[in-house]
Amino acid sequence: MSARDAEVLEADVVVIGAGPAGIAAAARIAETGRRVVLLDESPAVGGQIWRHRPGSPPPAAARRWIARLERSGATLLCGVSVVDLYQAQEAGRFVVAAERGPAPCVIHASSLVLATGARERFLPFPGWTLPGVIGVGGAQALLKSGLSFAQKRVVIAGSGPLLLPVAAALAGDGARVALVAEQAPRDAVMRFASSLWRRPSALAQAVRYRAGFLRTPYKTGTWVTSARGDGRLEEVTLTDGHTARTIACDVLCSAYGLVPNTQLARLLGCEIARGAVVVDERQQTSRPRIYSVGETTGIGGVDLALVEGKIAALCVIGREADARRLYRRRTALRTLADAMEVAFAPRAELRDVATPDTIVCRCEDVALGVIDAGWTMRQAKLYTRAGMGPCQGRVCGAALEFLFGWPADAVRVPAEPALLSTILADAGNVAAGPLHQGVFQ
Amino acid sequence: MSAGAGVSRPGEIVTIVADGRELRVAAGMSVAAALLGSGVWSFRRSVSGEGRAPLCGMGVCFECRVTIDGVPHRRACLVPVMDGLQVATTSRDVA
Repeated sequence: MSARDAEVLEADVVVIGAGPAGIAAAARIAETGRRVVLLDESPAVGGQIWRHRPGSPPPAAARRWIARLERSGATLLCGVSVVDLYQAQEAGRFVVAAERGPAPCVIHASSLVLATGARERFLPFPGWTLPGVIGVGGAQALLKSGLSFAQKRVVIAGSGPLLLPVAAALAGDGARVALVAEQAPRDAVMRFASSLWRRPSALAQAVRYRAGFLRTPYKTGTWVTSARGDGRLEEVTLTDGHTARTIACDVLCSAYGLVPNTQLARLLGCEIARGAVVVDERQQTSRPRIYSVGETTGIGGVDLALVEGKIAALCVIGREADARRLYRRRTALRTLADAMEVAFAPRAELRDVATPDTIVCRCEDVALGVIDAGWTMRQAKLYTRAGMGPCQGRVCGAALEFLFGWPADAVRVPAEPALLSTILADAGNVAAGPLHQGVFQ
Repeated sequence: MSAGAGVSRPGEIVTIVADGRELRVAAGMSVAAALLGSGVWSFRRSVSGEGRAPLCGMGVCFECRVTIDGVPHRRACLVPVMDGLQVATTSRDVA
């Protein structure tokens, strides 16, 4: 099979990720008449934050932006996974090799905007692979995908502001939420809450969420030490460092904040620092004509994502004076994001909950006990296969980084498991002479 | 602009077939939500034989991968239900 068999699209700009940042960037650029292709892996536009239950309307801001996107003339392609990404030597055009359903799809563009969002940070504990143990954002995603939690006994334990809206949403769906446990100490959470005085709307939102699960205790300085069950979750044990407590439950939602999705930026050779894509004030990465916006540049929430998306768009279309007017707002929102990162940093005790038998890499079932703290991530991969399964270290990578301080290993193509037909279509392109960054690193 | 898949009419009920069992589920749901909501608690068997179910709900972890309409390793959380969709988990010999 050759590249000729793949669907080929020509664009001025490809935006990868159709959450708020990607939508803002794509809409603003397409409004100038440029050809914009906006891709997302999900079946629907909006990313995680603007995902909504079937039959219920998305939030007002989402409706406005999605309507603007529709008017803008951008081409939206949902259900598309990016498999490879590189700059062709000739003419410097970017090549995006993707899979659309089972069909290969290739897009050429002069500029790229990476808006691939974030994923949850999962930290291993005995029993975390049991069915019934899900993410915090994972629970929200499943709820928004139509799953009912009515009458389910739920424990929410992890870290970050996301615990509150998820507790409120599950309680609102009829779940019996027994406990919301925040690992961060009480004084850190209080310091963060009091820093919100500059953003009364965020504070009011937190109060509203808390009102949504008033009958459930919210405990700070408390974390999961183990989960048990025969084939599926039956009970969870938590501790506050002094006293252990076991709660019978059907569902445990557990995750420790979010980590930026940097795989595609790394594949392109963009500079990464502190786990996020490094950008200049124009949202451009260390490589020309590759921009990065939203959670990929650091976890900051929807308002920051929208501002970054707009700034990148204005710079792509050459209206940098307009972009500069948004810099102050971006700085203010980033300050809040930095405060959040400090307040909800995972505590050192979380490194001690996994036992030698605890699986760390869920794809390859690699137990913690076979991993040597003196290795690098690359050695762990080569010696144990940790991080070599279908998720390509998206789950265990952040855990191993937290447990051992290992930075992420290089990303290789295919960036996601792909059909052979897609890889062959991509290989046809590669043979045409790209400047490939990923394969032999 | 092309619409994403899964924009079915709200309130509509579709029938999918999971491991030979007919499930009537609401249009617009993901296959992962439909299976979990129908009491399917194990989507696949891990390398060491454990039953596994969705973790991330957003296409990252690959724990929900099942065979859909004959295509293996599809992420159930990213595929919307459609009438007549055939799903095969790989966990039948697990509890």
